[in-house]
Amino acid sequence: MAIIVKFDPSKCQGYANCLIEAPEIWDFDEDDDVALLLQEVVPESLRAKAEASARGCPAHAIAVENQSDA
Amino acid sequence: MDHVVVVGASLAGVNAIEGLRDRGFTGEITLVGAERHLPYDRPPLSKEALSGGLDGERLALRPPQWYEEQGVTLRLGEPARALEPGPKRLWLDSGGQLDFDGLVVATGSSVRRFAHRLCGDPARLCQLRTLDDAQRLGDQLEPGRRLVVLGAGFIGLEVAATARTLGLDVTVIDVAASPLARVLGEAGAWFTDLHTTHGVDIRCGTSVDSIDPRSGGGVVVRSPGRATLEADLFLESVGAAPAVDWLSGSGLVLEDGVVCGSDLRTSHPDIVAAGDVARWHNDLFGESMRVEHWTNAVEQGRHAAGTLLGERESYRSIPYFWTDQFSAKARFVGRADAADDIVVERGEDSAVILFGRDGRLRGALCINAPRRLARCRIAIRDGMSWTEAAADLATCA
Ligand SMILES: Cc1cc2nc3c(=O)[nH]c(=O)nc-3n(C[C@H](O)[C@H](O)[C@H](O)COP(=O)(O)OP(=O)(O)OC[C@H]3O[C@@H](n4cnc5c(N)ncnc54)[C@H](O)[C@@H]3O)c2cc1C
Ligand code: SF4
Repeated sequence: MAIIVKFDPSKCQGYANCLIEAPEIWDFDEDDDVALLLQEVVPESLRAKAEASARGCPAHAIAVENQSDA
Repeated sequence: MDHVVVVGASLAGVNAIEGLRDRGFTGEITLVGAERHLPYDRPPLSKEALSGGLDGERLALRPPQWYEEQGVTLRLGEPARALEPGPKRLWLDSGGQLDFDGLVVATGSSVRRFAHRLCGDPARLCQLRTLDDAQRLGDQLEPGRRLVVLGAGFIGLEVAATARTLGLDVTVIDVAASPLARVLGEAGAWFTDLHTTHGVDIRCGTSVDSIDPRSGGGVVVRSPGRATLEADLFLESVGAAPAVDWLSGSGLVLEDGVVCGSDLRTSHPDIVAAGDVARWHNDLFGESMRVEHWTNAVEQGRHAAGTLLGERESYRSIPYFWTDQFSAKARFVGRADAADDIVVERGEDSAVILFGRDGRLRGALCINAPRRLARCRIAIRDGMSWTEAAADLATCA
């Protein structure tokens, strides 16, 4: 089952914790100091990393959902 | 396991609860906390929340209804006083007792105190660890007032930057040769420049001999061989110590924190520890460490929950923290202690400092350089050689 990463850029405060946890899913705009979501639909193999990036965001800007319950 | 008690109602405790429920634990959970507040986030207390007004709702780690949804019984404002591991019993300050099957120690750290011994009226000194501390300090940060901060650690420097931005006159005193010396060694000098540029007076390599109450409020601060300083406000910020007083006499092995194995289990099989209070063996670095960082409390809380339920995995991590001071967003991964190689690369308003030991990259401080930070973390995890790292990673754009 694929998972969906929901990102609210307006909450992002540029901590880059997400990028640290899952560089496969995130990039970072160093000029605007905001995270960039590279892939919204993420394969199961990256679940642990996607979840770690959501937990690791101090600004609560990231949520992870299962594709089926979306 | 029917009843799990979590002691310490903060970041590690909340994540331990989430870790228990996510793994399908349906038993009873009691959360015991010394503070009367619902668990809140600490990093903003020295940064935006200190200047922008403390909004309890925004600082809350979880919304109030979350605790009920998770089936958590709250015992807030009731510090734990003693632990009897044999009968698995916890005593509260209020005189109450709780019997448990499993226990999570998540009491974090409390501020170290040094200056109060030097001051005839310790009530005039501020400290910063809790929401109540921040409330008291924040109320007094008025433009034009003079603030003296003792201790150039992260929290001291963040408050200095916040107060300076609000228009206070700020002096920071530290006995070490440069700020953040405990974590960064000499590389901490970068922060002297940052603060000096913004008009903060950084006085390193000195200390405080006496702090005398002034008749009109505030204090007079004397440093050895230095002119005296008059201050309207004095913040003592000389570091934190693991909150383990309540465990003395419990028989749990303590040594600068609660000593845990690599899976976060303490010396008692049904007691785990997580967050600032836990000293564990980090297999990734092959050493025992205790880390006072936000991300560590989140991840250890979850991991300790798994261990309590019988999982056996090691908690292996690369410590990570951030600090925001003026326009500098500094992020640090890994370890900088006992580095035998250091390179510093400065860009226009960014910097990368790498720390190596025994021929390998072990730590990196990246200021305004988040992408490089992510690369450094991968390099540390993969054990990149120092020569390769120094050639590859330091270059500032
Ligand atoms: C002002 C400030 C700014 C910070 N900024 C950053 C930052 O920018 N980046 C970063 O990575 N980290 C930062 N940190 C560190 C981070 O907040 C901590 O690492 C984190 O809070 C640790 O969580 P914890 O749950 O282990 O412990 P704590 O958050 O310390 O919580 C422990 C709780 O246990 C309670 N307690 C203590 N003794 C008892 C007892 N006997 N009975 C019951 N309850 C008890 C305490 O009251 C407290 O509520 C900051 C900390 C502070 C104080
Ligand atoms: S961790 Fe959160 S706040 Fe930080 S960059 Fe990522 S999304 Fe933004």
